Amino acid sequence: MPTPKRKLLQGNIACVQGALYAGMRFFAGYPITPSTELAEGSSRELPKIGGRFIQMEDEIASIAAVIGASVSGLKSMTATSGPGYSLMVELIGYAYITETPCVIVNVQRGGPSTGLPTKVSQSDTMQARWGTHGDYTAIAVAPSTVADTVTETIRAFNLAERFRTPVTVLLDEVIGHSRELITLPEPGEVKIYNRVKPTVPPEQFVPFVMTPNGVSPMASYGEGYRYNVTGLTHDTMGFSTNRADEIFPKLDKLRNKIMNYTDEITKIRVEMMDDAEIAFIAYGSVARASLQAATLARQAGVKVGVIQLYTIWPFPDKEIQQLTERCKAVIVGELNMGQIVTEIRRILPRELPIHTMQRYDGDILTPMQLLEKLQEVL
Amino acid sequence: MPVVEKQRSDVILQYLRPKKKFPSVWCPGCGNGIVMGALIRAIDKLGYKRDEVCCVSGIGCTSRMPVYLDFNSLHTAHGRALAFATGVKFAQPNMKVIVITGDGDALAIGGNHFIHACRRNIDITTILINNFIYGMTGGQGSPTTPAGAFSTTTPYGNVEKQFDPCGLAQAAGASFVGRSTVFHTPQMEKMIMAALEHKGFSLVEVIANCHTYYGRLNKQGDPVAMVNSFKENAVMLGKAQTMTPDQLKGKYVIGTLHENKEATEFCDEYQKVVDVRMAGGKAR
Ligand SMILES: Cc1ncc(C[n+]2csc(CCOP(=O)(O)OP(=O)(O)O)c2C)c(N)n1
Ligand code: SF4
Repeated sequence: MPTPKRKLLQGNIACVQGALYAGMRFFAGYPITPSTELAEGSSRELPKIGGRFIQMEDEIASIAAVIGASVSGLKSMTATSGPGYSLMVELIGYAYITETPCVIVNVQRGGPSTGLPTKVSQSDTMQARWGTHGDYTAIAVAPSTVADTVTETIRAFNLAERFRTPVTVLLDEVIGHSRELITLPEPGEVKIYNRVKPTVPPEQFVPFVMTPNGVSPMASYGEGYRYNVTGLTHDTMGFSTNRADEIFPKLDKLRNKIMNYTDEITKIRVEMMDDAEIAFIAYGSVARASLQAATLARQAGVKVGVIQLYTIWPFPDKEIQQLTERCKAVIVGELNMGQIVTEIRRILPRELPIHTMQRYDGDILTPMQLLEKLQEVL
Repeated sequence: MPVVEKQRSDVILQYLRPKKKFPSVWCPGCGNGIVMGALIRAIDKLGYKRDEVCCVSGIGCTSRMPVYLDFNSLHTAHGRALAFATGVKFAQPNMKVIVITGDGDALAIGGNHFIHACRRNIDITTILINNFIYGMTGGQGSPTTPAGAFSTTTPYGNVEKQFDPCGLAQAAGASFVGRSTVFHTPQMEKMIMAALEHKGFSLVEVIANCHTYYGRLNKQGDPVAMVNSFKENAVMLGKAQTMTPDQLKGKYVIGTLHENKEATEFCDEYQKVVDVRMAGGKAR
């Protein structure tokens, strides 16, 4: 039996490896701490496989180039941190309305503004959902370890291609800069999804056609379909419209193609929840601390479990509702002033106590801090 | 004569999108239509396959042009056309990528992308329709509004100075730079052909009339009067070289202003890197 490939990788580099595994062939980016290794790694790896890397003049240009490359047929990604993500949001909206698959990695640091460039944070969680203007439905995933970063980046590409939409990977400084020994998947081990292509002849091609699942087959430039892509709200032919009977269906499509298929998108990890009276709900690096805290508490006989969110958006409402049905309290740890907890308050019954543990000084939440919180709650 | 006319409009019609609902958004007499005609004839004469042409634009009256043309088209966000076009060209180096942009789109909000596309000398042809004003939003000042000129945001006359798009492009590294006007259509057509055939970043600046705003606010009259003023104020490069800066005030120097056939092109250079790396070359 061949030995699996064990590698000591940094989280940001694991993200590049996941992207390459998923078929990334184009990366455009602009350096920013703590995401820069993603650009550097891509610049090293992509030419080796005939892919393309470009350092653009800013983050706006980076996401623009990524979208241009994606409509030209290449699986494309960019990576940044808060300030850069803020610059990108107008064009992430362009990717939503034009239904262009792409992956945006946000290695979060403290904010607002330049904030805490070298410090960890989860304060862009809501931005990943609501960052750009207008009505749309977002997909965002959040790894918590270096190994997760590989699988979640692959998943982000698969979701982007499956749903024809931009997908955000919410990393954070701690995961991005941690080094862990991981095993990369073998070729063929993880299923890779590629966008559905049109099969009709060009004369019959309707670029934004309504399909049963809401996803229109996507032609690449140069394949003979010569269609129009615009950020104006458009009809199924891709031409701008002001007609209610075309605007409603377009915007409904952006929502329904995702919200009718959350089963394919939602991913959560459930640990020790069978008899849990208290649940830690967490994502990203806080999920690791929560798992550790719960394991230690279990050793002391406390019935506590963990719900870890890998999919942050769309928010896994019904899964969390079901899992916490028998809980007496939940504890939500976050590296921000309380973002995901607002979703949890929205979905859980008013009687259920929701405790928060928030840190926004640029440092991590430790298992001990979470255990202290647990003690208070008990 | 009527025969020639017919042939011409037939060519234009062949390249307009059959399923696009006309009329266009443009005011009757807008210079944009003249440029679109010249672009179509240039592409037709060069015999490019439509599937191998991609027109990319930002936002503005000018930027609507790609939507009407039967090529691959990417109508993007205000100012960002060149950044999107860089992605298209880099992903598909065999595609003829043409950016259609206005003076505000290219030089204000998109100024950074403009100079960097020039610097990379990426093989994109940019047609910058310079009407000295923001047409789409109703006549505000732009980076090419002349000092003293009126717009809805310079109601007392412009106190700023204007950009020279051609000088800017050349200084930033573009390897083909030319200027024409909507009066000089045969010259414009030939210049667009030369720009399209040029390998590297090419800029064709076309001086055009926005009579609806620039013309009206500056009392320059109807489209015909404005186009005639371009005829009167245009000076061929050769002649311009014999004139003093004072004599050149208010004139448009037209012709191919800069051409460098030796400059290396971005996608080609990157391909060389790919070839070495794919052959297993060691990183330094
Ligand atoms: C981010 C953003 N800011 C502002 C606008 C509004 N806007 C649309 S077109 C335009 C100016 C267009 O002027 P120009 O590029 O000169 O083109 P023209 O309309 O004259 O052809 C502006 C400011 C916008 N669409 N997006
Ligand atoms: S407003 Fe000016 S630039 Fe716009 S279509 Fe009318 S004439 Fe042309």
